[in-house]
Amino acid sequence: MSTYAYYPGCSLHGTAKEYDRSARLVCQALGLELREVEDWNCCGASSAHMVSRWLALSLPARNLQLVEKMGLETMTVPCAACYARLKDVSCELKDPEVRDKIGRVLGGQVTGRVTVEPLVGTLTTQEILDKAAGMIKKPLAGLKVATYYGCLLTRPPKVAQFDVPENPQSMDRLLRVLGSEVVEWYFKTECCGASLPVARTDIVLDLSRKLLTAAKKAGAEAIVTACPMCHSNLDSRQGEIRGRYGDDFKMPIFFFTELLGLALGYPARELLIANHLTDALSLLQGRGLA
Amino acid sequence: MPRIGVFVCHCGTNIAATVDCGGVAEAARGFPGVVHATDFTYLCAEAGQRKIQDAIAEHRLNRVVVASCSPRMHEPTFRKAVAQAGLNPYLMEMANIREHCSWVHADRQVATAKATEIIRMVVAKVARNEPLTAKQVGLTKKLLVIGGGIAGIQAALDVANAGHQVTLVERTPTIGGKMAMLDKTFPTLDCSACILTPRMVELSQHPNIELRTYAEVLSVKGFVGNFEVEILQKARKVNHLTCTGCGTCWQKCPEKNVPSEFDVGMGRRTAIYIPFPQAVPNKPVIDTANCRYVRHLAAKERGEKLMECRVCEKLCPTKSIDWEQKDEIIVDRFGAIIVANGYDTFDHSVYGEYGYGKYPDVITGLQLERLMNASGPTKGEVVRPSDGKHPHSVVFLACVGSRDDKVGRPYCSKICCMYTAKHALMLKEHDPNIQTYVFYIDIRAAGRGYEEFVRRVQEEYGSTYIRGRVSWIYPQDGKLMIKGEDTLLGRPVEVEADLVVLATGITAAKGAVDLMQTIGISYDTYGFINEMHPKLRPVETNTDGVYLAGCASGPKDIPDSVSQASAAAVKVCGLFSQDYLTTDPMTSVVDQMKCVGCFLCEEVCPFRAVERETLRGGKVVARINESVCKGCGLCVAACRGEALNLKGFTDQQLLAQVTALLRA
Amino acid sequence: MSVLKFASTDQPGRNGLLALVKAKTGQDVLACYQCGKCSAGCPLSSAMDLAPHQVLRAVQLGQRDLVFQSSAIWLCVTCQTCYTRCPQEVDLPRVMDALRSQALQEKIRPAERTVKVFHDVFLGLVERFGRLYEVGLIGGYNLLARQPLASADLGLPMLTRGKLELIPRRVKDQEQIKAIFKRAAELELEEITGQSVAAAPPASVPS
Repeated sequence: MSTYAYYPGCSLHGTAKEYDRSARLVCQALGLELREVEDWNCCGASSAHMVSRWLALSLPARNLQLVEKMGLETMTVPCAACYARLKDVSCELKDPEVRDKIGRVLGGQVTGRVTVEPLVGTLTTQEILDKAAGMIKKPLAGLKVATYYGCLLTRPPKVAQFDVPENPQSMDRLLRVLGSEVVEWYFKTECCGASLPVARTDIVLDLSRKLLTAAKKAGAEAIVTACPMCHSNLDSRQGEIRGRYGDDFKMPIFFFTELLGLALGYPARELLIANHLTDALSLLQGRGLA
Repeated sequence: MPRIGVFVCHCGTNIAATVDCGGVAEAARGFPGVVHATDFTYLCAEAGQRKIQDAIAEHRLNRVVVASCSPRMHEPTFRKAVAQAGLNPYLMEMANIREHCSWVHADRQVATAKATEIIRMVVAKVARNEPLTAKQVGLTKKLLVIGGGIAGIQAALDVANAGHQVTLVERTPTIGGKMAMLDKTFPTLDCSACILTPRMVELSQHPNIELRTYAEVLSVKGFVGNFEVEILQKARKVNHLTCTGCGTCWQKCPEKNVPSEFDVGMGRRTAIYIPFPQAVPNKPVIDTANCRYVRHLAAKERGEKLMECRVCEKLCPTKSIDWEQKDEIIVDRFGAIIVANGYDTFDHSVYGEYGYGKYPDVITGLQLERLMNASGPTKGEVVRPSDGKHPHSVVFLACVGSRDDKVGRPYCSKICCMYTAKHALMLKEHDPNIQTYVFYIDIRAAGRGYEEFVRRVQEEYGSTYIRGRVSWIYPQDGKLMIKGEDTLLGRPVEVEADLVVLATGITAAKGAVDLMQTIGISYDTYGFINEMHPKLRPVETNTDGVYLAGCASGPKDIPDSVSQASAAAVKVCGLFSQDYLTTDPMTSVVDQMKCVGCFLCEEVCPFRAVERETLRGGKVVARINESVCKGCGLCVAACRGEALNLKGFTDQQLLAQVTALLRA
Repeated sequence: MSVLKFASTDQPGRNGLLALVKAKTGQDVLACYQCGKCSAGCPLSSAMDLAPHQVLRAVQLGQRDLVFQSSAIWLCVTCQTCYTRCPQEVDLPRVMDALRSQALQEKIRPAERTVKVFHDVFLGLVERFGRLYEVGLIGGYNLLARQPLASADLGLPMLTRGKLELIPRRVKDQEQIKAIFKRAAELELEEITGQSVAAAPPASVPS
């Protein structure tokens, strides 16, 4: 059994609880032990770097420091935005000067030896795919999905070091293993508006609508994501999009762990899929998946 | 009796898709004189050619019609094929049923009928074809190079090194051209003189090269292999056979205020002078327009008084000053000519918005080259012409006289982007505190290492590139105000400059059109030579035996010019590798009984092939020089007395074609 | 439209904007050759007053006001599309970060006030609790942005689906979090006042 330090991040304790729940369940099923980083703090997300470089580096660095204290080598991060910040600092820590300064801010040294990987990476290695294939209880029965990776999982490639920034394939491979039909579309890493929904809702509605339109045109019945921010923008804003533009997408938005959980036999209820603001259960029920 | 064979080609499906080739062959069997007709998939293939050759033997054919494509491509192929079968190659005619028929029609029935008619006409023509024989003429293996810039130098050296005699004619007193005026070359920043002067010296010492500077081509007669050229050797007033180039004369000449052509007016020279220290030949000429003694003589003739001088004559240790020396005309024969007459830079005085060329601190790129050059008028110090002060802010304007239809120069001058980048870089090397601004429309840096160089100028040397054309320059408080636009930001820009450098574009060299007319080669509206083919024959002109190199055919940088020079040299060496030249026998002939001597033919002939011959009775008639005639037929059309005929396209042949069509 | 003026006495590097960006980010903005690919791919460029390539252009020309007063620096969500595709490898998101923090240091009124308010509220909560408190974020933002009903229609469905935690969760080591905020700000100031600009870190180091 492999053991990972698990950094849920703030969203997974709030608006993206279903991501946290499904992530823990599928990891357990696949034999990955997740140990939540003790006393973790917010990575600073999309705000810290807006105003201060050293805050943007030090907040995530504290979490790496905590993992080092736990004696673990690898940290897996479900949230793409948290992953980007944590991975960025783990790269920056290779520079001794930066490392010293961060140490000064933290009031204690951090080595940066912890490997940071996104949960979607942890769960899409060939080993895990093979394992999952043998454990499928409810194949996804040709559910047509568009995989949506968002900005920060793969970009910038020098930092993210995960998959490729144009047309990534990790989630696609997993979903095909689960019996999904992955539609071909071209907006896998287009931005949904990220942290702007509160301050500039108009922009987020516009960008999210473009994504939903493209996914629908590509024939997708649902969008699968690995980022709580993307999920929130796409899932919770469909009502407003209808109000503003008249488009009624009714497009369910899943976390990839939810679909993995379903295929492994967990009931939708247990995976908290009912938490979505855009109804996802009807689609699943129609396919006998919930 | 003509025994004609007709061969119809399918050209794969190119013809066969729209023309019933078998049906056409069938129809051709009924045409007068046709004893054999057949069709084949690819006649140009070896099997197809053999089919024709076999049929010639089997059916004792004495005329052949190949109905296929345009003769432009395959006429030589089929002429050769029938010649191998023992037939005179000019007894083969092609009927174009592809470009003229199958490719331009969709209806199979109509196309088949048209193909049949085309072949019927050609059959009628070929029945009247006469055997023709190509002639051979000798050639003079000596090359004339016009222009002593880097292109001319390279061409002359290449041909001379191949063992042929070369005469190089240069208009100015020295070879070296524009390259000699440059300080550095882009993008390697080689010292221009350092790489050029060894070539100049090599040329002057080459046993196979006769160098004629201060000379011009007056006339060109003749044709490939046999040109007769008149060269004007301008009087130098200095005997170069005895002169040692010691320099006493030009050091002591009291007339020191003549604007130097070589320094583009940035410096002064004497009346007896060499253009620059490494000039080749390194012997002076007297500029008679400015020589005090010559002016004294002229004044005396007018009855006026002017002081005599003759300082040079008095001081010359070898008594080489020769006041009696006159312009001289030399006549020589050449087998080939390479035109490398170079370029001039655009005269920016047409731009009122940039000061009509009147602001002293608005200079050209070539002038800046002279200011930056260590052997230039300021010994390499870049100063403002107005007050001699070092500039701090220098603004460059690209595309002055380029890409500008209003001044008649819509083309790109190709080198200005690069030389401007070089200038911006060099100025920083001269003075790290200098600020440079470059206004440009696009950066055109297509060449090895060019783009990287331009990037370096911006990134490492911090030159501020501003995308947009400058609208106006006006003087203010001893500075120049430049009004432009940063089109990238969409905001107006004002720069206060100490010095403005205009990247003036390339124009055809002064007198280029006269030279082209003298030689008899075609040129475009800008005075650049038209190549024989812009892609495939880029160093040949439309006159056989006349080649081109360098900016003669449009803007080029040094590597392109040198490449062209070597390419032209290879063409010349190829020509000179032959002992005889074969001429096309399809030329005009004059029936001297019918000729009335009006010489309209002479007037219309673009190749100067018409000569005058006086018959025994004193009657002057036309005669065609078959070596020069290209068989264009203009003279035939122009001749009112039907005295001219074109071999291979006689009136009888053409009329037979028309008649065949009308009778069908 | 303001005229960009260059006096004949201008020194190389002008008013230090280029050097400042270089020191803060390690990025050589002169490497940008204005191809516009960043703006072409930017999801936000249509909402910006200066397109991303124009932000770099303005930095190249030392146009401080233009840059610091632009909405672009506040609308950039650092989606990294530009940097990923930039042929000259200019890390534009990082330049944006630097320009934003400099604008804040120079107390320039942000062109996108609500965006600034959002980040202030966000970081205020993180400083206070160590983690984000989403209910506090919406409430605090609505108060400060004077948009009392913003996102209100989402509140109830979120609450009923258990997506909102009413009580903030806290990091145990509150002191360390507060200290991090304090010392990071000090370090930031130290760099801007130029005391250790020379020791500024280079661009993110690929492993």
